[in-house]
Amino acid sequence: MSDFLRDYLTVGIFGLVGAGLVGLLLGVGSLLRPTRPQPEKYINYESGVDPVGSQWGQSQVRYYIFALLFVMFDVEAVFIFPFATRVDAYGWFGLVEMVVFIVILALGLLYAWKKKVLRWV
Amino acid sequence: MTAVELSYWQQTVFRVLGVLVAVILPAGGFVYVFLFKMMSFMQSRLGPMEAGPYGSMQLLAEVGKFLQKEDIVPEKADRRLFFLAPYIVLASTFLLLVVMPFGPDAYFTNLDTGIFLAMGLSSISVIGILIAGWASASKYALIGGLRAAGQLIAYELPMVLAVVGVVIQAGTLNLQGIVTAQHSGEIFGFGGIGNPFIITQLVGFFVFLTATQAELTQTPFDMPVAESEIVTGYITEYSGLRFLLFFIGEFATAGAFAAIAATLFLGGWAVPFVDLDDDIMNIAGPLVLFGKMMLVGFLIFWVRFTFPRFREDQLQAFAWKFLIPISLVNILATMVLKVAF
Repeated sequence: MSDFLRDYLTVGIFGLVGAGLVGLLLGVGSLLRPTRPQPEKYINYESGVDPVGSQWGQSQVRYYIFALLFVMFDVEAVFIFPFATRVDAYGWFGLVEMVVFIVILALGLLYAWKKKVLRWV
Repeated sequence: MTAVELSYWQQTVFRVLGVLVAVILPAGGFVYVFLFKMMSFMQSRLGPMEAGPYGSMQLLAEVGKFLQKEDIVPEKADRRLFFLAPYIVLASTFLLLVVMPFGPDAYFTNLDTGIFLAMGLSSISVIGILIAGWASASKYALIGGLRAAGQLIAYELPMVLAVVGVVIQAGTLNLQGIVTAQHSGEIFGFGGIGNPFIITQLVGFFVFLTATQAELTQTPFDMPVAESEIVTGYITEYSGLRFLLFFIGEFATAGAFAAIAATLFLGGWAVPFVDLDDDIMNIAGPLVLFGKMMLVGFLIFWVRFTFPRFREDQLQAFAWKFLIPISLVNILATMVLKVAF
């Protein structure tokens, strides 16, 4: 296997180690901890009173529009990073191109701002 | 250079042991030094003193206590997702450390995508938190989970954009390369102490630390776990050992982000005047990085214990109307200066 793939294999291994640590601790815990089930213990916590209505009650997600903006800016970050590593190589030409790119994005943010999207609705 | 060549599986065993230390040591250190002791001193009390000298064994006592707690899963909860959430949160913490360099030959992987990969992997924890909030089947947990998701994505952008400034200066995404660039850098022709990017990227450092604070849901940005209104948010229904796992995840991530900030802005494992290829740095490097990490951690927790909580709308407005615009301006200024000089 090439070094390149081995490096990414290490990334996978680290993820498994993280999950393994959780499994290990929970496994050790299951040997040590007591189990005395009582129905009251398994009621959802709602400040000490009996829960009311559905547990997945409807609530207003006020910032879903931010999620859309986030997608836009995150994609932009993907484009900025490769350029950022090569700023020297492109010189003034690349700089002007990038300024145009970022200004267009900033205009997008400004538009959202003026449209009161960033306000708490 | 290592004298003995190790095969891949041997290296992997060392790396696995290394990452366990790199996760547990900062997590334990942060909790003891900052959460137990620093917070106590700031509030004119002593903190834990009974277990071991100056209460230094308190952490072991805590873990022992949590191991013995009964495992309670609410009956209405979505059991499979409820069990899954801690795995995702802790796995994302471990993945964050994959690209960290600790010395010239002491690193887990020397990936060229470096910091970009770390930023990407760090955002996996959002999914774990959202799952935890949803699966608990509790109103507090649901609201907390949604708030956390909204906050984490809002502050991920300033964080990523703050990193861009450093990448422009260093000209590479590789963290080892960023350390080298700071060590061999010059400030207006003066190369004595190198160029720790905190000097030229002060705005970036400020934005990065603020965003870190929010990503960790530490106090000025702790709306998702605001105890006075939604109990503890997405971890309300998690008790005993599963709560401890979220807790370890939170502080280990704080350690990882502090280490990343130290590498990006404070010169990482390198020390001025000491040659980068010096063998001694393989041993001294991790200690130097640990020291710088504790310094950044001190800043994070100082802010945590000092400021009152932001309201949810202030929190979103701060990210979108202040941090993102100034980090965009910072990128533009850095680019112009980089090309001009």
